[in-house]
Amino acid sequence: MNWIYDPWPWYVAGPAIALVMFVLLFVGKKFGMSSNLRTACSVVGAGKAADFFNFDWKAERWNLMVVLGAVIGGFIASNYMSDNTVKINPEIAQQLATDYNINSAGTSYLPPEIFSIGALSNPFNIILLLVGGLLVGFGTRYAGGCTSGHAISGLSNLQLPSLIAVIGFFIGGLIMVHFIYPFIF
Amino acid sequence: MKYITYLAIGIFFGIVMFKSEAASWFRIYEMFQFGSFHMYGIIGSALVLGVIGVQVIKRKNIKTLKGKEMSLQPKNKGITRYLVGGIIFGLGWALSGACPGPMYVLAGAGYASVLIVIFGALLGTFIYGLVRKYLPH
Repeated sequence: MNWIYDPWPWYVAGPAIALVMFVLLFVGKKFGMSSNLRTACSVVGAGKAADFFNFDWKAERWNLMVVLGAVIGGFIASNYMSDNTVKINPEIAQQLATDYNINSAGTSYLPPEIFSIGALSNPFNIILLLVGGLLVGFGTRYAGGCTSGHAISGLSNLQLPSLIAVIGFFIGGLIMVHFIYPFIF
Repeated sequence: MKYITYLAIGIFFGIVMFKSEAASWFRIYEMFQFGSFHMYGIIGSALVLGVIGVQVIKRKNIKTLKGKEMSLQPKNKGITRYLVGGIIFGLGWALSGACPGPMYVLAGAGYASVLIVIFGALLGTFIYGLVRKYLPH
């Protein structure tokens, strides 16, 4: 039963993600997670502030159910199917420890240096998480999609706009990790 | 009861994201350091199957289960919104280690701090909605 507890390799996960996309296409929907953020804003009444949120959010309830499922899936996987550690390339783990004093690669799923409740006593970590989320929310809506909507759905459909967006994802990610991390950590 | 289908898809997706470690901050960091093939393998293999499947759907004119056209409309043309929006998302992805699917998965896994990321993402979406008309698209 080790295959349940061991990390799933890329050649299991990739096809599984493609399966999710095709199942959604067959039931008449499409694979895109970030549009839920817009839907959620609309549900809580953001339509009063901006027309962008004035749409029939009830037609998007199916996607909120996917979100609810993702939450449940995370609970199941973390509690019953995982030892909650992630082993990455030892050189990268060493570099994280040496440069940023993040010593938890291989012993946790997320670095407790940033994500533990105790870490929140440092305002820097709260700002990091908030700003990270803010950029994700703003950027995905501006670009009209995220990893699922552009990198998987859009590129599968050979969409040039999605290719431009995915190139943007990597420009942004590389700038953050290589040029901004050394300043902020 | 039709929502049960979507709930089941979400549960499957959540388990895959968590078990493949695509929801781990470490894997995202490692990806942007080009330290492993893992994340590229996930996205790449999903994409190869995705491209083949979509081509088959289009050439055989396969319909949804209800006999309608599949949601494969072309994206609106443009460069600025995709490039600039993409870069902004990439910065946030690398900073928080979470994209809009995995952040819910992590919340379910019990990482309460991720709720701050989700709150930030909702706030960012709201700000986009407010300033949208002033932005080049």
